[in-house]
This record gives sequence, C-alpha cells and structure tokens, in this order.
Amino acid sequence: MAVMGKEERKLVLDPFFNNNPIALQVLGICSALAVTTQLKPSFVMAVALTLVTGFSSLFVSFIRNYIPNSVRIIVQMTIIASLVIIVDQVLKAYLYSISTTMSVYVGLIITNCIVMGRAEAYAMQNGPVRSFLDGIGNGLGYSLILMGTASIRELLGSGKLFGYPVLTLTSEGGWYVQNGLMLISPGAFFIIGFFIWGIRVWKPEQVEEA
Amino acid sequence: MPRNSPAYIVLFSAIVCAVCSLFVASSATFLKERQVRNALLDKQTKVLMLAGLIEEKSGKSAEEIEAVFDARINTRIVKLETGEYDTEGVIADPAGYDQLKASKDPAWSVAGGDNIAGLKSIPNYAKVYLVNGDDGNLELLVLPVEGKGLWSTLYGFVALRADFDTVHGLTFYKHLETPGLGGEVDNPRWRAKWADRKVFDENFDPVIRVIKGPADPPDEAPFEVDGLSGATITSNGVTYLMQFWLGEDGFGPYLAKLRSEGGAS
Repeated sequence: MAVMGKEERKLVLDPFFNNNPIALQVLGICSALAVTTQLKPSFVMAVALTLVTGFSSLFVSFIRNYIPNSVRIIVQMTIIASLVIIVDQVLKAYLYSISTTMSVYVGLIITNCIVMGRAEAYAMQNGPVRSFLDGIGNGLGYSLILMGTASIRELLGSGKLFGYPVLTLTSEGGWYVQNGLMLISPGAFFIIGFFIWGIRVWKPEQVEEA
Repeated sequence: MPRNSPAYIVLFSAIVCAVCSLFVASSATFLKERQVRNALLDKQTKVLMLAGLIEEKSGKSAEEIEAVFDARINTRIVKLETGEYDTEGVIADPAGYDQLKASKDPAWSVAGGDNIAGLKSIPNYAKVYLVNGDDGNLELLVLPVEGKGLWSTLYGFVALRADFDTVHGLTFYKHLETPGLGGEVDNPRWRAKWADRKVFDENFDPVIRVIKGPADPPDEAPFEVDGLSGATITSNGVTYLMQFWLGEDGFGPYLAKLRSEGGAS
C-alpha cells in the first residue's frame, strides 16, 4: 500500500481489532444478529455495508463545511438512505436470487448505527479521503465479525459453509444433529459475546473500568 | 448567507434532497428493465424446476430457460369466480399479466374478508401454467399460491398432476421467513415430501395439511405433510394457503370444471 501513509493505513486496519465497531464500539449489533445464520447473506450484507459506510462518509465529508448544524443528522440520513436504495436496486438487477432474501436487511442498513456513527463521529471533522478510508475500515471490521459469526452459526446450525455441506445432518442421513440455538438470533449473542471476550483478553486496554 | 440562518437551511436541505432523489430515481429507472426481466425469469425458472423440466442450479442461460418455457408451458388466465378461462381476452397479454399487481388493484380484485390465508385482497383473474408432456397432453397444472407465514407473505406455486388431486410439488419463490426455521420451506428435502400427497377428500374439500412432526408415507397418510421443526406458524401458514387456494374461494371452481371435462384443456 504505497499510496497510503501510516495514518491512512491505521484508519483502515484499526477497526479490525483495535477499534472494532461491533466488539468495542458495540454498534450494528441488530443486523449482526439477523443475517448471520448463513455465510452467503452475511457476505452480501458485509459488502453492502462496507460500500455504504465508505461512500456515505465520503459524501458527508465533502459537504461537511456546508452542512448547517441544526439539520446535520437529517442530511446524513438522506445521503445514507439514498445510497442504501441504490445498493438495493443494484442487487435486484444483478443478484436477483440474493436480493429476494436480502431486501429487508439491506433496507435496514439505513438504521445501522455504524454508518451514521462514522458519518457523525469522523466524516463531519475530517477530509474526504480519510473519511472514506475510515468508513471502509469500519465496514471491514464489521464484516470480519459478521463472517466469523456466520461461519460458526452456519456450520453448527446447518452443517454447511457457504451452502456446501460440511457436516452431514441427521435429517439427510448423516450423523450431525443440528444445533437449533445457532439458527435463532440468541445464538449470535453468545458468539459475539465470545468474540468480545476474546478480543478483550488479547487486548486488555479495551476493557472498560467497572 | 450565514450557515445557521433559516433561509440557508431550507436552501441547503432542498439541494441535498434534489441531488439525492436524482440519483435514486435514475438508478431505479436505468435498472428497471433488468429487474423486471429478472423477476419474470425467476418465476419461469421456478415453474420449470417445479415441473421437473430443468435441474436446480442448472446454470442455463436466460435464453435457454425462455426457450424451454415457451416450448412446454402454456400460460392461461382463469377467472377465479367462475373457474372459466379468460376466453374473452379481458387480459390481453397472459404472459405479461401480473397477478400480484392485480391483487393490489381494487378494480381487479375483491377484498379478502376473513380468509384463512390472511390475504387482504384476492385477484379476479389468476395466471395458471399448463405443462404439456412430450406427447402434447396435459401433464401438470401449476397454480400460484400465496398466504401469510410468520413474518411475511409466502408466494409460491403448487403443481398438480393431471388427476387434479395428486400433488407433484410445491415451491416458494418469495418469502421472508426465518432462515433455518420457517425459511426451510425452501429446503428441497422438505419440498420433496409433498410429492404424491392428495389434496381433496371425497367431497372435494381440500384437506391437505402440514402436521406437527413427521408424517407417514403418502400411501398411508395421503393428506399429511411433515411439519417444519421450530416453525409452527410458517407450517400452519402453508396449510392455510394450500387449503385456501385449492378451495372454493381459490381455484375450486376451476378445478371442478377441469375434473368434469376430464382434463381436456
């Protein structure tokens, strides 16, 4: 990454473990619970959210010096909502079979706290390039947790990874009894909880004071 | 103009809205043709898969699917109330008729009342697909069905064999049920359990139903299908939508007519 200075690289990489939007900021939990039963929708969600976060931060940053303070949240929402609708339209046109199961979640990106959180907390104060990188980085940090959670849930819940059977289920004549907890949202709570625990054991500075 | 004056705020908001709506509107307009084609192709694919004319994930191109569809499938419009085909050409273009759109248009539908499938309105005309065998005789009848599940309305097709009683298959092309639980209505293994089940009792009332737990083989329990574990409401929804659409207020009159004609179409 020759074009990126140290600062820029930090923007993209920090949200992976040092400042993960889910694990440290505890944002975007709702969609992390909803879509992670299978890897495929999680992957689409991760890509969609990363793009929306990146571009919404970019556009918000472009006009940050012109946004009147009193309507800034609404302006951010308008930009985010427009991007989400465009993502949804593109999915319907090019990935139709995925869009039929994803449409409802894609719409929910609008309410994903990460997107607005980054627009409000970072893009309002920083330049477009950095804001874009910050958005992409946070999107990737979210994606990391999402894919991790989804691989555990899909493997234990349906014995598959990306739809390909790995463990043969008893219902299909195999030996593996599927874990029903993994198929329902509380299953994700446990897994994300373990992720947060793991990251905080590894990086004790993230632990809040009791 | 100061940045916090009302005039500036109004002007700024108006510009943001105008620019955003321009982008949204143009993406919707430019992609519309593709989206409509996708939706139609998706339905045709589902009908063909249900009829066993193409394999799941066959990787066939859009043109191939359209060719098979045109060769083997006859799309007809049925007036639900009488069960007659639309011979007067009320619907000028059967292939392009959008039943879902019609069911939302008061001019083309009636209020649902207290129907078991939880439908707000029922279209006057329905689109059915007649699947012809290699010999040109009617082999399967594919009927659209819809009804409420737990979170969403399930939209699908049921295929009946030429006795208009035995189920050949059932498929859903759109729903938003919980993946892994109610979403298992998509599971090919569960869908396969519908084959060879019977719909009607001796009074031609539709009695096919999804039960709790596993059902016996079709020759022992012809009217019962395995329940989806952890998805009672979705399972019940499927029962209701089947009983509704194959009953008096759905395709009942049409099926009665077909039975009396002995399957000639």
